[in-house]
Amino acid sequence: MFSILRSIWLTLLHTFSKRFTIQYPEEKPKLPARWRGRIVLTRDPDGTERCVACNLCAAACPADCISLQATQDEHGRRYPAFFRINFSRCIFCGFCEDACPTYAIQLTPDFELAEYDRQNLVFEKEDLLIDGPGKYHDYNFYRVSGLAIEGKDKGEAEHEDPPIDIHDLRA
Amino acid sequence: MVKINIDGKDYEVEPKDNLLQTLLSLKIDVPYFCWHPAMGSVGSCRQCAVKKYADEKDTKGRIVMSCMEPVVDGMRISVDDPEVKQFRANLIELTMTDHPHDCPVCDEGGECHLQDVTLMSGHNYRRYEYNKRTHKNQYLGPFINHEMNRCIACYRCVRFYRDYAGGRDFNVFASRNRVYFGRYEDGVLQNEFSGNLVEVCPTGVFTDKIFKEHYTRKWDLTTAPTICQNCSLGCNIIAGERYGTIRRITSRYNEKVNGYFICDRGRFGYEYVNSDLRLREPLRRGQASGQLEEVDQKTVFNYFEKLFKKNARFLGIGSPRASLEANHALQMMVGKDNFFAGVNEVDQRLTLKALQILRESPAEVPSLRETENADVVVVLGEDVTNTAPMLALSLRQASRKRPLELPEKMHIPTWNERAVDELLQDERGPFFVLTPTETKLDDIATATYRQVPQNIARLAQAVAHYIDPEAPEVSALTDSEKALAKQIGDELLNAKQPLIVSGTSLQDETLLEGAANIAIALKKRQKTPWIFLTLPEANSAGLALLDEKNLNMAFEKALSEKYDALIVLENDLYRRLETDKVDKLLDAFEHIIVLHYLQNPTTDKANLIVPVGPFTETDGTMVNNEGRAQRYFQVFYPGDTIKESWRWLGQIMAKGNLQKERTLNNLDDFIDALIQDYPQLSAVKDAAPDASFRIAGQKIPRQSHRYSGRTSMQAHINVSEPKPPEDPDTPMSFTMEGYQGPQPGAVLSRYWYPGWNSVQALNKFQIEVGGGLHDGKPGERVLDLSAKEGMSYFTQIPEPFAAQENNFLGVPLYHIFGSEELSIHTKGVAELTPKPYILLNEADTEGLGDQVKVQINDRTVELELRKTTVLPKGAAGLPVGLPDMGAIKFPVWIKISG
Repeated sequence: MFSILRSIWLTLLHTFSKRFTIQYPEEKPKLPARWRGRIVLTRDPDGTERCVACNLCAAACPADCISLQATQDEHGRRYPAFFRINFSRCIFCGFCEDACPTYAIQLTPDFELAEYDRQNLVFEKEDLLIDGPGKYHDYNFYRVSGLAIEGKDKGEAEHEDPPIDIHDLRA
Repeated sequence: MVKINIDGKDYEVEPKDNLLQTLLSLKIDVPYFCWHPAMGSVGSCRQCAVKKYADEKDTKGRIVMSCMEPVVDGMRISVDDPEVKQFRANLIELTMTDHPHDCPVCDEGGECHLQDVTLMSGHNYRRYEYNKRTHKNQYLGPFINHEMNRCIACYRCVRFYRDYAGGRDFNVFASRNRVYFGRYEDGVLQNEFSGNLVEVCPTGVFTDKIFKEHYTRKWDLTTAPTICQNCSLGCNIIAGERYGTIRRITSRYNEKVNGYFICDRGRFGYEYVNSDLRLREPLRRGQASGQLEEVDQKTVFNYFEKLFKKNARFLGIGSPRASLEANHALQMMVGKDNFFAGVNEVDQRLTLKALQILRESPAEVPSLRETENADVVVVLGEDVTNTAPMLALSLRQASRKRPLELPEKMHIPTWNERAVDELLQDERGPFFVLTPTETKLDDIATATYRQVPQNIARLAQAVAHYIDPEAPEVSALTDSEKALAKQIGDELLNAKQPLIVSGTSLQDETLLEGAANIAIALKKRQKTPWIFLTLPEANSAGLALLDEKNLNMAFEKALSEKYDALIVLENDLYRRLETDKVDKLLDAFEHIIVLHYLQNPTTDKANLIVPVGPFTETDGTMVNNEGRAQRYFQVFYPGDTIKESWRWLGQIMAKGNLQKERTLNNLDDFIDALIQDYPQLSAVKDAAPDASFRIAGQKIPRQSHRYSGRTSMQAHINVSEPKPPEDPDTPMSFTMEGYQGPQPGAVLSRYWYPGWNSVQALNKFQIEVGGGLHDGKPGERVLDLSAKEGMSYFTQIPEPFAAQENNFLGVPLYHIFGSEELSIHTKGVAELTPKPYILLNEADTEGLGDQVKVQINDRTVELELRKTTVLPKGAAGLPVGLPDMGAIKFPVWIKISG
């Protein structure tokens, strides 16, 4: 008898405590920047595609829901010809972001991914690519890497000496 | 056997190899870069350091390079000692100071020996704060990409290219950390084995340029073990697929056939399977339009049913490029009398003669890799670099066999490459190249002889006569020919293991007879020689074993008897016979049915095209030039309209009740039927495990355990994943499902072992390094040797060649890139293919311009004139198989006008 009354009392008390539930969708939740929601592909600080199609995100993906094909422009810069994420399979674990060596793939605080048709949850590169660098503002893989691309020849990356002329006997 | 102690544990080992190789054979992980099982040790990378103790009391020990250390009895070493581990870690850290931080965009990433070893030694952060030295890259041709910054200076490339493969246009330049590996200037790598640099390089300096065009990580490739189709040697290869196209070919180790390497035609000449010319749906010539129109499978079966109802007579033409099973299926369908090997009379006669010599001559037939152990080599007529490239690589090793006796005498182990090289310099053993014009083996030849085929045959006969006077005598030899015959004869008699190489490429039977006579003569002098004969195509031997008839006979029969339908199996008849003859043959039929995978002039004439798979999409068995049956396995499932030829034919036969109470559903059924009809081919069944083979009750997966994108690859078509295809024909599954442990050697389709992502993981699959594979099957010989040594001398000796006025004897010339039918669909191969030309001796070119009109077999073509001083006067070199050259019937006399 006493325990029933105690339970009722406690429940009554809770009506005065702070509410955790918010009135979604009228009210939007405030999510931290590192919340693991919808995946995007970001761009370098200079506006070019960051993804170099290394395939590490796809390899890390436990749901195997990322597929892509590497290709390169005439100067040797590599980028994905297509990049597809099947969000109906994605578990938002963030392993892809972890694996990405260029900060290209990032998870965002957007969780609103409901669709009437499952097919609409298949996102292509055009759907994934955003205009900015996302959470990492400064990193530019090709400035660090030794691979020559348009506008950055051998020896012009960070921490690189100019190319050696092997015919030079004085060195 | 000696006893050695490794980290406190005793092992019994054979003291024949260096310590590193012994440790790897014991499956102990030791990092290394510069050592390669085929190229020996040079001790330059300092990565394979281990500690060696003087005796049991020695606790301090000293650091030695295991690749430079012979294995001796009672040896005590440590691989795990902390000091030696630190030594290796320090070295890798130094090696990595200039590495360019580009793994994500490097084609080697994920299968990189440098990554593996770096991980193994524990280095992960660059502490060196100064700048990286950089290099400029070079253009190395359409096949190889150069990225010099990634180099770690192990010297493997230059050792392979120059010392092993005999290339001259590649070297090492500069010194210390400026060292540079490349060509003197930009340009196409001239060596035919340059593609192996991709596998030999422990990192990404040399990568596959064709693979780059449709790059896929190693773990994402669906792979299967298969057999190269580009010449008769049957090298073992691995083909990898992603998103429905073949992405690359790599070598597959076979201790009997190709060993570690393959040639560039084998590695890069696969693009035809991805070509726009592929036939992917059945096509029928519309009655109204007269054009080929896409139809469904049912129409194909209806087409045949109608023919069966009319009791139509079929004539079947097989193919030396199709599998035994496919040829046999067609033979079953049309009947033995109506089945004809799809090769012309000359090719078939030569192939049969070659097989007869392999079976009946007293010579033994070595495998391709065994030819490396011959100490005296005589090449009769064959330009092996262009007709059977890997043989040239093996023969190059054989030329070192005799000189290698010297270091053995001086107790220098042969794996100690630097010391052996210093000792031998350019020393080569007796090696004779007898060909119409220069070859790429001339640089290692003791003597060369440049003559037309019939004179080479005469010289061969003269050698036989010199060795055994009972052999037929050759008259009218010049003094220099007599001297050369004596020199070759003496060396052969002096040899421990003589090897005679010849083949069908010069289209001259007397050459093969000459080779056989030398073998018989040597046997009479108590020597057992080796004989190695190359054949025209990948399954020429298999086809000849099934049927001895030829295309010319089919032509006669089709014109003299009444047939209703012609079935052509995976063949382009216009490459086999002269155009007007093929036209006439095709005109004799109301129904022309072609089973093929690629559009060609023959399929253009067809009434019905049945789409079949090329080697990457089908299973089957090929018989190579030494009579070895080898199975090739389908790489991926191409959809339900593309089937194996034998499967199509089996299903068609079922419609006409032609199966004769046999069940013909999967590959094993067809192999059983084959053996039932040809009991002498029973070894075909043992060439590879059958479809019921399982490990722990599981199939062997074609995909790695880390295959990615499974739920996304098809999602743009339909978000619901389709059911994975099943494979009723092989012990393999098309998915990653199945036994993910180490694959058995017989169906080994990728080299991967925990910690070893690169091709170097191969060590883990070999019983001992450089030996056979665990649970491996290097194919099975099918030749019946019961009549061995029953052969007597061929007595017909050709007349000496006499140059004629205004009339030139055509001599076939071959090009590794261009002479082969299908590899030319690879862009890079087409780029390196020469334009059609005619080669004449300078003395014969007086009054001729750069372009000449040439009359060959009743037709006139305009060709570029090339001049040489090597080809004998009165002969004209004609490149065979090049596009626009057309089929040429040899022997041929041609007329040339300005």
